[in-house]
Amino acid sequence: MSKHPNCRNPRHDKVSRREFLRTTGSAVAGACAVVLVLPEGSAEGVEGADYDWNQHRWVYLVDTTACIGCGSCVRACRAENAVPEGMYRTWIERYEIPAEGEALVDSPSGGEQGFAPVTSSLNVRKAFFVPKICNHCLETPCTQVCPVGASFSTRDGVVLVDQEHCIGCGYCVQACPYGSRYINPTTHTADKCTLCYHRITKGHKTACVEICPVGARQLGDRNDPYDPVNEILATRRVQVLQPELLTRPQCYYLGLDMEVR
Amino acid sequence: MFPELTGYLFPNDVHIHWSLMIVMYPYITGLVAGAFLVSSLYHVFGREEFKPLGRFALATALCFLAVAGLPLLNHLGHPERAINIVVTPNFTSAMAGFGIIFASYFIVLLFEVWFVFRVDIIDTAARSRGLKRWVFSVLALGVYDTSPEAQAVDKRITRILAAIGIPMACLLHGYVGFLFGAVKANPWWSTPLMPVIFLFSAMVSGIALLIVLYQIAMKLKGMAIDRDAIAAMSRWLWLFMIMSLTMELLEIMMLAYESAEEWEVIGHLLTHQLSFSFISLQMVGGGLVPLILLAIVVLMDRYMDDRIRNTLSMIASLLLLLQVLSMRWNVVIGGQMFSKSMMGFREAYVPGMFEKEGILAAALILFIPFVLLVIFERVLPTFSHLDRGGELS
Repeated sequence: MSKHPNCRNPRHDKVSRREFLRTTGSAVAGACAVVLVLPEGSAEGVEGADYDWNQHRWVYLVDTTACIGCGSCVRACRAENAVPEGMYRTWIERYEIPAEGEALVDSPSGGEQGFAPVTSSLNVRKAFFVPKICNHCLETPCTQVCPVGASFSTRDGVVLVDQEHCIGCGYCVQACPYGSRYINPTTHTADKCTLCYHRITKGHKTACVEICPVGARQLGDRNDPYDPVNEILATRRVQVLQPELLTRPQCYYLGLDMEVR
Repeated sequence: MFPELTGYLFPNDVHIHWSLMIVMYPYITGLVAGAFLVSSLYHVFGREEFKPLGRFALATALCFLAVAGLPLLNHLGHPERAINIVVTPNFTSAMAGFGIIFASYFIVLLFEVWFVFRVDIIDTAARSRGLKRWVFSVLALGVYDTSPEAQAVDKRITRILAAIGIPMACLLHGYVGFLFGAVKANPWWSTPLMPVIFLFSAMVSGIALLIVLYQIAMKLKGMAIDRDAIAAMSRWLWLFMIMSLTMELLEIMMLAYESAEEWEVIGHLLTHQLSFSFISLQMVGGGLVPLILLAIVVLMDRYMDDRIRNTLSMIASLLLLLQVLSMRWNVVIGGQMFSKSMMGFREAYVPGMFEKEGILAAALILFIPFVLLVIFERVLPTFSHLDRGGELS
């Protein structure tokens, strides 16, 4: 009995009946769950591709001091990912902070066409742009609330949505504190930044990183010791958005101001 | 048509994804939970004053539960995949238990209805011919024993099922409150009080619905309205509405007194976007006014003419039905009127009349249970046993 093929724990030389039933039961249940839940080949990474998701841990770095608000990234993202009009996988916010009074924040069409010159009479002393994308949180509330497991985190640290499995309940849209998700009006499913998963798994950068003329957006790999982003994360003072929610964002910011949420 | 916005909203936050349908769902399950409680007060706790309503309340709960899933199905982007919730549940999601909780409560309720109406089903089968006889024979599930011993067993099983049903009804509904209460991204939803508020308001709406329906049914049937039943329901309604209103106010007062970051948003929300639906409807018109009306009904019961009691409880109930609906609206829609940037608001949200999740669809869904109830009443009379001396449960 101790050599029963379903008994996966090699330490069990002598197995009581209860233990045997428990182990066998959970093994069978586990196997059923794997068969039911996982699509084919998912444990091995992307099928047929020369890419091992155990070898990477993607992170994203935004240098707010560098961004010029040109909007190229928003346009590139829309073109690359066929993002529906009125929805945004990435956007740029403009902050104008006067010496006294409320900060003025805007993001006309997500900054897609850039920003018109400031015309307000505010005595603006401090102004900057903040690009936003999905934070690909480690403790992400959006996959936590997905009732069917359509929203998931990949092993290389990207939060994705299975468009074939999503029921379109919208719970994840409500649960994301960063406004990164939307319901795609064409597919009627939850949609979001994929960190250009179709590109990064082929050795390319994301569309937004690729197009940024000033290097304000950078893609990094935690598992690559020579990655410049890793060097910055290790030596510079970085911040994440809404750290108090403990979602552990994997999108880091340089030069973030306290006005930014 | 683009919504009118003020301040800065995250660009994806200008949409109201949880529509009128998500307002309807907790409203309907609340009516179910409240109606079920009234039936259980009789079936489990033997409160004789609820005897005239024991069966009717059960039928009401069933008819409303039968349509409770419709608004959700209509809301889903892919209703054909709804079964995924049961097939591949992700148990870290509060929503994943939905299928299991909903289905098990439905089964318990169906069984209870069957045991309560079993003797009537057999009687009808025996008295009729042809197709009707066949249908009722099928409904009897092959058991034709109507001996006093068998009826005693029925009664005992009904009591057990009703007792199991109470926590399940509370679970089904309190759980909807949990769905909202556990969203940490939204300060208007994220409070442990949310399930409690949902539960108490469910009881309020269910009892209020029964007061209204019972009086209408009696009028239509030309039967006398039972004064003890109305008085007792008014008492319970008063109790639950005080609890519910207290919780609702408590949450606001805490937020206002703490004046933390979220109050900047919520204070603005309550005095601007929700000023009518929250202050006028939920607090004053649907809160304070029925509070006073029911206080009169309860405290001056001994001196009150039946007609006045009936009228006052009817008005209070109608107002409370509106109050609970506005509470659901304020939670669901209110929580989407501001952006998670905490810097911007949507000025108004008016659901369209004819859109997929619009007013007409909501009205139709809410209308179905009343039709079901009329059919139920035709098939299995919920009041006739009272005329027969009413020794049945």
